[in-house]
Parts: sequence; structure tokens; C-alpha cells
Amino acid sequence: MSAVWRKAANLDDATRGIARTPWGGRRRASTPSRPAATPRMTAEGLPDYSDQDAPTWLKWIWQHVSARHVFVLALVLVYPWVASPFFTFQIGAQSLALGLIALSLTFLAGYGGMVSLAQMTVAGIAGYMVAIFGASGTEEISLNWPWWIVLPMAVAIAVACATAIGWLSVRTEGIYTIMITLAIGTAFYYLALQNYSIFNGFQGLQKVYPPTFLGIDWRQPVVFYHLALACSLGGYLLVKYLVRAPFGVALQGIRDNPRRMNSLGYNVTAHRVAAYAVAGALAAVGGVLLVWYNGLITPGSVGTSWMINILIIAVLGGMRHPIGSFIGAVVFVLLQNFAIDLVERERFNLLIGAVFLAIVLFSPDGLLGLWSRLRARLAAARDRDGMPPT
Amino acid sequence: MKQSRRMFTRTLAAVAVVGAFGATLAGGALAQGQPVKIGLLATLEGPFAAGGQDGMRGAEMAVRERGGMVAGRKIEIIKASSDAKPDVAVNATRKLVEQDKVDIMVGPLSGSEGIAVKDYSKTQPNITFINGSSGAQATTLVNPSTNFFRFNTDGAQWMVGLGEEALKKGYKRVMVIAEDYAFPYSQVQGFMTEYCRLGGKVPIKAWVPLGGKDYSSVIARIPKDVDALLVVLGGADAVNFLNQYEQAGGDKPMIGGSITVSQDVLNYKGKRRESLLGTISAGPIADAFDSPDWKKFVADYKKQFPDGYPSPSLFAFVYYTNMKAALDGLEAVKGDLSDGQKKYREALQKMTLKTPVGDVRLDENRQAIGTAFITEVTKDAQGNFFNRVVRKVDNTPQMLGMKKEEFKVGTRDYPDCP
Repeated sequence: MSAVWRKAANLDDATRGIARTPWGGRRRASTPSRPAATPRMTAEGLPDYSDQDAPTWLKWIWQHVSARHVFVLALVLVYPWVASPFFTFQIGAQSLALGLIALSLTFLAGYGGMVSLAQMTVAGIAGYMVAIFGASGTEEISLNWPWWIVLPMAVAIAVACATAIGWLSVRTEGIYTIMITLAIGTAFYYLALQNYSIFNGFQGLQKVYPPTFLGIDWRQPVVFYHLALACSLGGYLLVKYLVRAPFGVALQGIRDNPRRMNSLGYNVTAHRVAAYAVAGALAAVGGVLLVWYNGLITPGSVGTSWMINILIIAVLGGMRHPIGSFIGAVVFVLLQNFAIDLVERERFNLLIGAVFLAIVLFSPDGLLGLWSRLRARLAAARDRDGMPPT
Repeated sequence: MKQSRRMFTRTLAAVAVVGAFGATLAGGALAQGQPVKIGLLATLEGPFAAGGQDGMRGAEMAVRERGGMVAGRKIEIIKASSDAKPDVAVNATRKLVEQDKVDIMVGPLSGSEGIAVKDYSKTQPNITFINGSSGAQATTLVNPSTNFFRFNTDGAQWMVGLGEEALKKGYKRVMVIAEDYAFPYSQVQGFMTEYCRLGGKVPIKAWVPLGGKDYSSVIARIPKDVDALLVVLGGADAVNFLNQYEQAGGDKPMIGGSITVSQDVLNYKGKRRESLLGTISAGPIADAFDSPDWKKFVADYKKQFPDGYPSPSLFAFVYYTNMKAALDGLEAVKGDLSDGQKKYREALQKMTLKTPVGDVRLDENRQAIGTAFITEVTKDAQGNFFNRVVRKVDNTPQMLGMKKEEFKVGTRDYPDCP
């Protein structure tokens, strides 16, 4: 794979060189190699420090981890020990689970250019599978299999469904992708609502709890929070890694110019379907967490309102960086819980809508965009005044 | 240098945020003092938004009746909303119990929510949960929770007597059109248990999704040879069905479930409004019940909520009943909620609750044994529709008079008499 990429990168370079000569020729096509002064770059675009003799992983950490990362990690790890069980479970764990599902959309939409509303559907499929193969309050349906079979199966089935959804929708673009995924999601909602032999209709499946494993009850707020945190962190790092890996870079290329990538020899459809599969895996893990969090799953959990809520979370946080989906989820969950305390009881949905509207209006990039613009302005002010920031 | 400075400001900002968080948490803890906090959950969104709002009115009435004080302790009501989905109801309840630290919880509104909140109540043994208006049988029948009380009768109990009345009207074959979840299952069971025993036939049952907009396929399935339709749809759904049935030219008489012909449907403005006249239904209240207690209740409601319905809806009444039980119980123990609310729960269990329609007591599952009415839609002098009382049925037990061994909770397929 990476060899293919390297070839493509060279090809890409060459095409760029050729493309530039017609207008002005800042760089002559006959000297395509870079000046020797800059460090040699590896395929992943990292400086190559092969002449230094620290272990690779240490160099990697040095390269990628800044004080900011350590600080945030420490904050989220300490959080459940400081916050009340309510804040740990309902705010913290729920945000992480929803954030993970929104992350799958951020990956698809932000890096693949495909806005899929069916991510909640994939999550819901995983959730339903956990309830159906595992244990639930409805004994006629649940098969009561052990969790170590149920979990891989649930995720695998959800990924298969995500791949199928991808297969159906990759041939469309823009608004048509949204429409077709919306249609698929709504179809699944009605299937779950009206099928009684597998999905138990409107009632759904109740009492779906995480297993007790290693003598730990995994639904304890602090334990469950850390489980959700581990999954979310895993998903976050996976996305961070993938978007730098050849596959992710090719995906971004396809997002920006599918025809060109196609003519470069990339199978555009295959890359897009693979992106759906990866996003499906993220959403599936999020869906399993969500069903354990709620302790139940009903068609309402995969209905249109939740499909759109996931989009809201992703847009709220900002799609330019994977962390955006988690920021969006925290804001969303806080609003859902506390908006009713701030305004009159019949009007609290208005506040949720107003906040969403304000963020989208003032910062199309979501909260992340707001943050980066604020930073840019601060830096500009500092440069202008020559004064230290206070 | 710049780098580290920026880092410093960032850290400062983050610390400020964390500090603010801590302060809010501490503030929450300090606020816990003398008043009794009661959480109140109803649906202010979704298909039952109108009903939920009226439920809140009913609960407020019960609090105002006591001037907001019980046994020298102030009553503080904290409200929350759901949208008739069980996961949303549990989230809202969890917020009230764990974040707002309520002592007593009143709610939720609909059947599946009730079951989910009952399951949640098992994880909070120190809080007493009192039902709002949810009427699914399973809530108190299957796997009951020792700290979940229900002072309203359930969906099946409300329908007792209606089967007999339908046969009296000459309806020998009836088609069932009902929403597809626990509460209508109970309602249909309450009707059919009696109706089938007395020789009535139900050839076809159509279960429609809650909040469904399109009833054309159901209307197309209505057979020619049925005498009436048993329609168990709530609020907006019932109005939608009526509209579409009217447009399709339907003319079968209707038998209503308990929430089908409550105030929100009686205020329906469509052309088929007139055809609602003569509709029989059954439920825990009757607008025109001729008793001083009930008349006082209606008068109070009208006085306190001029923007409410012409007469309190079922939701207002049932929320009122349950909130009144919560407050009467507090009065009985002089506001003493110590020892994991043990005394309070004993008081609730033993109490005979006076409601505007009659006395309610609890069975061993903490489920109400109470009154139901058979009513018929009639027009008054001003042209307002109201439910005339045909008959009052007292002391209906949850198992409808059957023995524990032979009683089964109603489902889509049970009972059955095609």
C-alpha cells in the first residue's frame, strides 16, 4: 500500500511540475528534486531523524505529543474522580459515546467529503445486535450468548451494514448522499419499529447492560466512563493515524478531486467504501457504548431526530479536526440537560436551537473554527502591539 | 518564549473552567437544606406535548392546594421534560435524582417510559418514585420495584365495563386500531377480556406506530362487516386518524380508549366532529361526573389555568392524584424522610387516598385499586362536547378479577377472539 502511495506521490509531484511550467515556470520541470537543505521527508510527511539514536517510539512521542495533549489527557482522566456520578455518567460517558459516533461522521464528511446521516443507524444496528445476541429483558428474543462472542459479532455485522450502505451511496454526491443515507436510516427505523420477531417493535429491548467481567460491574459510572474514554481515545487516535496514512491522504485527495485521483490510478469507489467501513467500525463501537449507557434500545434511538442530532454534534464541534466531534458532543449533552433550567420549561428547545444557530452563523467551522479564529486574532493583536498577552 | 506564554494562557483558561465547574458542584451541595425537593417529569415534547403540559398543571394544583408547604417544609418542584421515549425519560429522571438531588420523583407520562423509570428506580433505593400518568400494566405487575408507587389505575383497569357497554349498544364485531406499545395493549386487554367473555368478536387488530402520520393503509383494512372501531390513539394521533377517516368517507361508530376522547380530541375542529357524538369510552375521569369533590376540582382547575382546557384532561387529573399522594404521604409522616424514606413508604402503602372521583388504595405491588367511568360524548348548551357519565365502576383490581395464575399481561396477540 505505502509503495503504491509513494509512487503516486512522485507522480503527483511530476504532474505538479508539469502543470506549473506553462504559467511562469517558477520551478523548472527539468529540476524536480527539492533543494538539499530541507530534511528528507518520509512517505508520511514526517522529518526523517534516522541519524539520531533514540528508540523510534520515543521519537514518535516527541514528535506528536505536546503539553496540550498531556494536559487534556490528564484532565479527562482525573475528571471522574472530581465530578459527581451524574456528571461522570450522564454528561461524561454519554458525551464520549455520542462523540465517537459523531467522529465517524467527521471522518466520512471531513476527510472523505461524504455526509452520511446513516451513522446513527450503524450505531443502532450494533446496539440492537448486542441486545439480540446478548442478554436483555425480553427473553423470547435475546439469545444470551457470552459477551466475547456478542461484541465482535455486533461490530462485524454493523461494519458489514456500513459497507453495504457505503456501496449504495458512494455513487452519489453531495445532497444526494444525504438523501440516500437518510432514506436508509428511516427505512431501518421503520423496520425496527414494525418488526416484532427480531427488534421487538416500539418497545425495543430493555435491560441491556454491560457484562460483569474481571469481577467489575462495567456500568459503575467511573468504570463505564473509563471504558468509554478508552474506546473514544482509540477511535480518535485511529482517525488521527488514518488521515496521515496513505489511505487517508488518498481519501482526502478523492474528496478534493475524485476525477484526478481516478486518472492517477486510484479506485475511487473502493476507497470511499473502505472509508464507510472504517467509519462504520467507529460508529458501531459508539453504538455499543450507547446501548450500554441507556440500558435499552428502542426504534426512537435510531429515529430521524437522532440521525440529525449526530450531524448537529459534528457540525457544532467542527469537522476540520477529529477532536471537534467530542467538543460538539459535550456542548450538545450539556445543553440537552441544562437548557431546561435556564429558560422557561416549554421553551427550552428554543435555546438549544438558538445556540446551534448562533454557532453555525458566526463560525461555519463550528467551535473549533471559533477557537482558531480567536487564536489568530490574539496573535495578530500581539504582533501589532508588541505587547505580551495577559 | 512566545510558545510557552501561549501555553500558560491556555492552561490558565482551562484551570478557570475547571474551577467554575467545581464551584457549581459545591453550590449544588450547599443548596440542599430544609425544603423537600420533588422532581416532576412529563412530556413537553413529542406526540404527548399537550398532555404533558396539562399533567404539569395537575401536579401544580396539588402543590398549590397545600400552599406549597407540607408539615412546615417548603415544597420545591423541579421540572424535567421527555418526549415519550424511554431513554429520554430515564436521562431526565437521572438528572433530577442525581444532579438536582430530589427526594421524591413524580413521573413519567407514558407507558414505556414508566417501565424504564421503574427499572431505573431499583438503582436508587433511597428515593421514592411515584408514577406520573403512565399506565402500562407491566410497570407494577412484572418485576415490581419496592420504591415505585402508582396511585392511578392502569390502562386495563380503566377499560373495565366498556365491553359490556359496547354489546349493549349492539356492537357484536369490533375492529381494534391502537398504537403499538404497552399502554394500548393494556387498554385493549381491559376491553377485550370482558367483551370476548360476553360473546363479542374482534376479527382484526391493527397496531400503528406511535406518532404515525399516515393511517390510509389501516383505513383501507377496515372490513365492511364490523359494527364499530375501538380506537386507542392518543392526542395528535387520534386527531390525525379522525381527519383521514373523515376524508376516506368512513362512517363506522367509534369506541374510544381512555386517552382517545379526552379534552384534546373533544376540542377537535374537523367536519367529523359531530360524528364523535355518541362515542362511548372508558377512563379514570368523566368531565360531567356529578359529585361535589369533582366539581370543586374542575372549578379550581379553571380558575388557576384560564389558558388550560375547558375541563381538566386525564393527564391533569392523574398527575394531580399522584402528586397529592406524594404530599399526603409527607403530611402523614410530618415531613420525615429519614432512614432511606422507610416511614414515608409505609405511609404511602397504608394510605387511603381521597381523590375527586373516589378513594384509592394500593395493592401489594404498590398499584392502585380504584374507580373507572363509562362515558358517552354529548354536546352541552354552549356547543362544547363533554363526556356524559353512563356508569361508574368502583374498586377495579389490577388483575381484572382474575386469579394470579390465569392472568397474563396483554400483548399484541393476547387476548384474542377473532
